[in-house]
Amino acid sequence: MRRGFHRMSKLWVVIATLLLSAAAHAENNITVKGSDTMLILGQKWAEVYMKTHPGSSVQVTGGGSGTGIAALQNGTTDICNASRPMKPSEVGEFAKKYKTRPHEYKMCLDGLSVYVNESNPIKKLSFSQIEKIFTGQVTNWKEVGGPDAPISLYGRENSSGTYEFFKDHVLNKKDFAPATKTMPGTAAVIEGVAKDNGGIGYGGIAYGKGVKHLLVSKADDGEGIEPTEANVITMKYPISRFLFNYVSPASDSGAIAEYIKWCIGKEGQSLVKEIGYYPLPKNLQ
Amino acid sequence: MTFQRTKRDWQSIGLTAFTATATAAIVGIVLMILGNIVWNGASQMSFRFVFGGTREGMFEASRAGVFPMIFGTLALVILMTVCVLPVGVITAIYLTEYARAESAINRLIRGAINNLAGVPSIVFGLFGLGFFIQFVGGGIDKLFYGGELHYGEPALIWAAATMAVLTLPVMIITTEEALRAIPKGLREASLALGATKLETIWKVVLPQAIPGILTGSILAVGRGAGEVAPIMFTGAAYYLAHLPTHWTDQFMHLGYHIFVLSTQSPDVERTKPILFGSVLVLLMLTFFLNLAGVLVRARIRRRARFGHA
Amino acid sequence: MNDVAQLPESGVRDLPDAASIYVNVPDPVQSTERPIRPLTRRKRRPLEWLVEKAIFLVSLSAILLIFLIFAFVGKEALPVILGKTDNARLRKPVAAEEIPNISETQLAEYLGLKPGELKNYDADTLKLLVELKGQELAQIVDEDSRVNTTSWRMMFQPHQWADYDKPQYIWQPVSEVPKYNLVPLVIGSLKATLMALLFSVPLGVGAAIYVSQLASPRWREIIKPVIELLSGIPSVVLGFFALIVMATVLQNVFGYQSRLNTFVAGIALGLAVIPIIFTIAEDALTSVPKSYSQAALSLGASPGQAAWQVVLPAALPGVFAACVLGFGRAIGETMIVLMASGNASIVSGSILDSCRTMTATIAAELAEVVFGGNHYRILFVIGALLFLVTFVSNVIGDIVVHRLKGRLEGRT
Repeated sequence: MRRGFHRMSKLWVVIATLLLSAAAHAENNITVKGSDTMLILGQKWAEVYMKTHPGSSVQVTGGGSGTGIAALQNGTTDICNASRPMKPSEVGEFAKKYKTRPHEYKMCLDGLSVYVNESNPIKKLSFSQIEKIFTGQVTNWKEVGGPDAPISLYGRENSSGTYEFFKDHVLNKKDFAPATKTMPGTAAVIEGVAKDNGGIGYGGIAYGKGVKHLLVSKADDGEGIEPTEANVITMKYPISRFLFNYVSPASDSGAIAEYIKWCIGKEGQSLVKEIGYYPLPKNLQ
Repeated sequence: MTFQRTKRDWQSIGLTAFTATATAAIVGIVLMILGNIVWNGASQMSFRFVFGGTREGMFEASRAGVFPMIFGTLALVILMTVCVLPVGVITAIYLTEYARAESAINRLIRGAINNLAGVPSIVFGLFGLGFFIQFVGGGIDKLFYGGELHYGEPALIWAAATMAVLTLPVMIITTEEALRAIPKGLREASLALGATKLETIWKVVLPQAIPGILTGSILAVGRGAGEVAPIMFTGAAYYLAHLPTHWTDQFMHLGYHIFVLSTQSPDVERTKPILFGSVLVLLMLTFFLNLAGVLVRARIRRRARFGHA
Repeated sequence: MNDVAQLPESGVRDLPDAASIYVNVPDPVQSTERPIRPLTRRKRRPLEWLVEKAIFLVSLSAILLIFLIFAFVGKEALPVILGKTDNARLRKPVAAEEIPNISETQLAEYLGLKPGELKNYDADTLKLLVELKGQELAQIVDEDSRVNTTSWRMMFQPHQWADYDKPQYIWQPVSEVPKYNLVPLVIGSLKATLMALLFSVPLGVGAAIYVSQLASPRWREIIKPVIELLSGIPSVVLGFFALIVMATVLQNVFGYQSRLNTFVAGIALGLAVIPIIFTIAEDALTSVPKSYSQAALSLGASPGQAAWQVVLPAALPGVFAACVLGFGRAIGETMIVLMASGNASIVSGSILDSCRTMTATIAAELAEVVFGGNHYRILFVIGALLFLVTFVSNVIGDIVVHRLKGRLEGRT
């Protein structure tokens, strides 16, 4: 009988702890939502932050930059991860509701590489060449100095921040050629290009075993820049971008502000490279 | 009709050769797929993989676990069963015990069930988003929370409700089959002893039909565990740090996890073991559920045969 | 005789796929007995009456759900279908200094607000909103922005866009000028479905003939569960297998250029359809009375001849229904095509080109669209279209199966 009671009391302790932890979890919970590109990074940050700051809880979910921005407008997330700056129309929607702009934080740097199949002799492409290839004006590798083979395009789904960034910065906002095979993730792009002799695709620099990263130049006769860490951090490599966090000014204080400060601080930035992104230039940290 | 029987019956040989090849091809493909998955996935199987979480890294073969996905999948199918079971069983009772076979309403119900079974799964996803999340969830928020979002976003409960709609036909059909397998004599005896129809159903028919109802739910669960398209917008999440604690939380799901791993992993070669491992876990889950359903059903059928004899 | 033949031969007959549902719905023609009524008439209790009415109401839920699906998918799609949406936008930006000069209604309309809402904002916020709107408009340089791309004409007819050299069918929903032409998606869906049927109909029907007519009972007991195992494999697993394993193998075998194309997706889709075609065709073939083939055999036909010349023609409508229902399943399948087809929205007849299906488009894009926006509504239009197509193919398949069974059973 006594023993049974003892066992019962243990059970009650477990239940009580669970309830308490659930309650605690509800109080100090920071939610982060948005870009899939930043998901792994956000997850890592959250993991380490929770370990070093007991009692805090950070919940990271993906869905894409657009989803995160919508969630910020609806007030369902504290922090929005975005792999592109908010558009004026999105800021407008936010301003209609909160009567001010959201706070914008640059979190880290990312570079996009252009990949081709390893058997492809091409080493360098200029912005205008890449634009012509991806908009479908150039359809054979010999037109850009390669072998006589048809070009086969790989890209991302139109819901991804990577898609919009590449379109805005490299394609001058022109549409991708309809023949672009759109992949749900960078992994699928790499897989496709690696097994397609005429393939070309784009995605994060850190990604990409089994494909060749091209040098890129902004001007047609310019020097080709290699997609390396040094070139991205000095912002010499032309297809690089900041990754952002957006926060509603009303809630940009206390635990949330502290968390962001930690992320762009020394500790947070030291984790960035592990994931395959690049830390902010010193003046922004 | 006359049959030209030549010395060598080429028609017969040709037909047999073709159809046997087709059969062999299908069987071969099935075995190849399953063999490939088991072969590649077996090495990843371990206690840690099945019961471990993702906090140590979702994409590291040596550290990643699929427990949150198994948990999410189970939570989904349990909630789904709670939603679909009563509706399915009551509909089956009406169809077997009350409806006349030739009545218009009966035909209409059957037609609706058939069509529901054929609706593309992605359309269920759209329906879940438009009806459950925006209309029902949004309505609850407006009524009780003053428009603040609680129920009007993707959540476990909405995914489960959507899945319940999708699995309703399976549930109805299997339960109906179980009810029809119960010998008429039992009902007649009960009625002859003066029980009302409802009493007969409640005290005689239903207890007999429990194994069948169980099969129905198991088969529905087996179907529900593997579907991904309807939950993509109604509740499944790419990554969550915590297990869902409330039905308004989002959840991770094995099938969705497989989709994520095969398309968004940072390094496909490196994550292949996790991928194959997750596929194997999902297959085992659905396979055992189906097997259990099929076995219980076979028993019912055997009993039905004796019952009629 | 017939009675015995109708008893299920094995317990492992049906796995939970759509196929078994069609097969298992008890035929109204078959069971014409009236429900049993109590012999002694006792006075009904009001509670029981209530419960029985409730049972009846709940049983209508399947009808209600079909109606709700139609209503709610249709509701979101309706503004586009009725041509009520207009996304043509090309207007002069208003400078922040001009705010006092224009009327309130004009300002509200310019900012996309209702006139009453304007009062909620102070001067600074209004200025901010006007600035942002100006930035938004400044980004629009394209001539094409005059066009309402959500109109029916733009969704189904080719259009000469500014950046393109000839009129084309373009699906580019995320663009400076969103282009919502559905033709590439419809063609993509049809192409993948056709490929799937080309692969699965010969195999499925062939196996059904073999299993129902030619195989020995022992083999039948082994083969059927294996084929039905296929219907137990979730489509995401088939998609994964097509993407990771099959695409590479098929590329190595056939040596085409791009890994993911209609061919790969079609074959994987075919695998998902085989169980439904097999189950329905096999059921139709088995329901042909044994006396047919026995008569043929006694007239001197070989088993092959009996199967080909007598049983198959009798069951042909059932085989046709199997193909129609297979079509419905294939066109509605999502995960496989999303993962294995390459998803390029091109208008092309080649099976070695990639294709973007209607289902994959919804799955890939819905998560990111603004709720209530044009893109969102057009995805629902696609969903409504899919619903209609599968609804019609289900009804056709259903009617054919029922008629066939009625005929075959009526004769014996």
